[in-house]
Amino acid sequence: MKHARIAWSGAIHDAVEADGQLLLTQGPHAGRRVGFDEVVWLPPLAPVPQARTVIALGLNYADHAKELAFKAPEEPLAFMKGEASLIGHKAFTKRPAEVAYMHYECELAVVIGRTARRVKKADAYDYIAGYTVANDYAIRDYLENWYRPNLRVKNRDTCTPIGPWLVDAADVPNPMALRLQTTVNGKVTQSGSTADMIFDVPTLIEYFSSFMTLNPGDLILTGTPDGIVDCQPGDVIVTEIEGVGALTNTIVKV
Amino acid sequence: MTPWTPQGTVYGTLLNFCREWDLWSERMKQDPHKAPPKAPVLYVKTANTFCPAGQDMLLQDGVSEVDIGAALGLVIGAQAQVVGAVLLNDWSVPHASYYRPPVKFRCRDGFLGLPAQVTAGQVQDWAALQLKVRCNGELVQTVQLGDLMRNMPTLLADVGEFMTLQPGDVLMVGTDCLADGTRPRAKAGDRVEISATGFASVITSVKGQP
Repeated sequence: MKHARIAWSGAIHDAVEADGQLLLTQGPHAGRRVGFDEVVWLPPLAPVPQARTVIALGLNYADHAKELAFKAPEEPLAFMKGEASLIGHKAFTKRPAEVAYMHYECELAVVIGRTARRVKKADAYDYIAGYTVANDYAIRDYLENWYRPNLRVKNRDTCTPIGPWLVDAADVPNPMALRLQTTVNGKVTQSGSTADMIFDVPTLIEYFSSFMTLNPGDLILTGTPDGIVDCQPGDVIVTEIEGVGALTNTIVKV
Repeated sequence: MTPWTPQGTVYGTLLNFCREWDLWSERMKQDPHKAPPKAPVLYVKTANTFCPAGQDMLLQDGVSEVDIGAALGLVIGAQAQVVGAVLLNDWSVPHASYYRPPVKFRCRDGFLGLPAQVTAGQVQDWAALQLKVRCNGELVQTVQLGDLMRNMPTLLADVGEFMTLQPGDVLMVGTDCLADGTRPRAKAGDRVEISATGFASVITSVKGQP
């Protein structure tokens, strides 16, 4: 099933996809169907009691690592993001006027389903609730060689669109063989496959849970393949992963 | 009363004390850094690091020694305004390189010692605050908040340039090093106390894996 979290009729609702519409699943309007264009799409994540851990990977595709002129890392290159950088499908992302290079990153996002600590690779899929699409924008002008990639590049307001759907893990039989694609104003600029990850999803869960507890609702953004280009105000960016969803975002100037 | 835990995201600030900046200044121009940092260098202390008052700090997963990081954490309210502050023990696995993000050094379970409660106030109240660090009763460090590279209003403004702090978030203003560039360390069996006038102390017993 594909789950969404939306604002509609003055309140926030949980919904699922049903025949090309959103079927509300709780609250006073439970059972009602609304169109995709009638709602505001929020990140498809249920609220959690404490700040959600958002792990993101850098250089996790061999071709992207090469593109950025690095040799492939020997262990996952991870950084953390604040939950406040997340926004939903069809939202606006701000591009500062003075920057020269701001690019999208289409990423498979893993949503943790149950508390994970010292999980073995072979058991890792049992800990996943589902998958969604993240666009982990970066503004390279702000890159500095201190805890790189630094938060000014990677933890900006509006710069992590995520959604539209949280797709149940059971409906994604092989997350390690999904096509990824990004279009800018309808033109394909990035394409790849999750099969090309350097550290695959089970390896990442084993690695992180070897030293930290992952809680339900935590996110792992698994990195992006080759094919990043600059995005200008007015550009419509669609990051899409086969079987998971197509996440639309529009760049606006500050 | 339930001891306090942060409701939002906790951010730490690297290299925000003059002493450590000065010790680093020559190396800042060298590889891999190439230049001193222009913007604040931040990191996240994830929710799994929260170690509420009264809980022990367990050294595990191959870690036998930790740096003590006495920090003042600014507690954020509405409109990104500071509504209070807390003392925190921002534990880290000692690491010499600041080039790559410090996830496995700073985001381990229990790596943020918390006090029982928040002290209300404004940043100007704490501009000259002294933090005392004691290990097994012995004073091992005195941290002067007057020695910040970016003082608290400047840090808040420079962070706010690229991200809006949310109600419940905590921004730690940095941890100082000792004269030789290291930080006081703790190992299993130690009892570490961070205190300052007007604040709930952070007192932690460090335990090893049995």
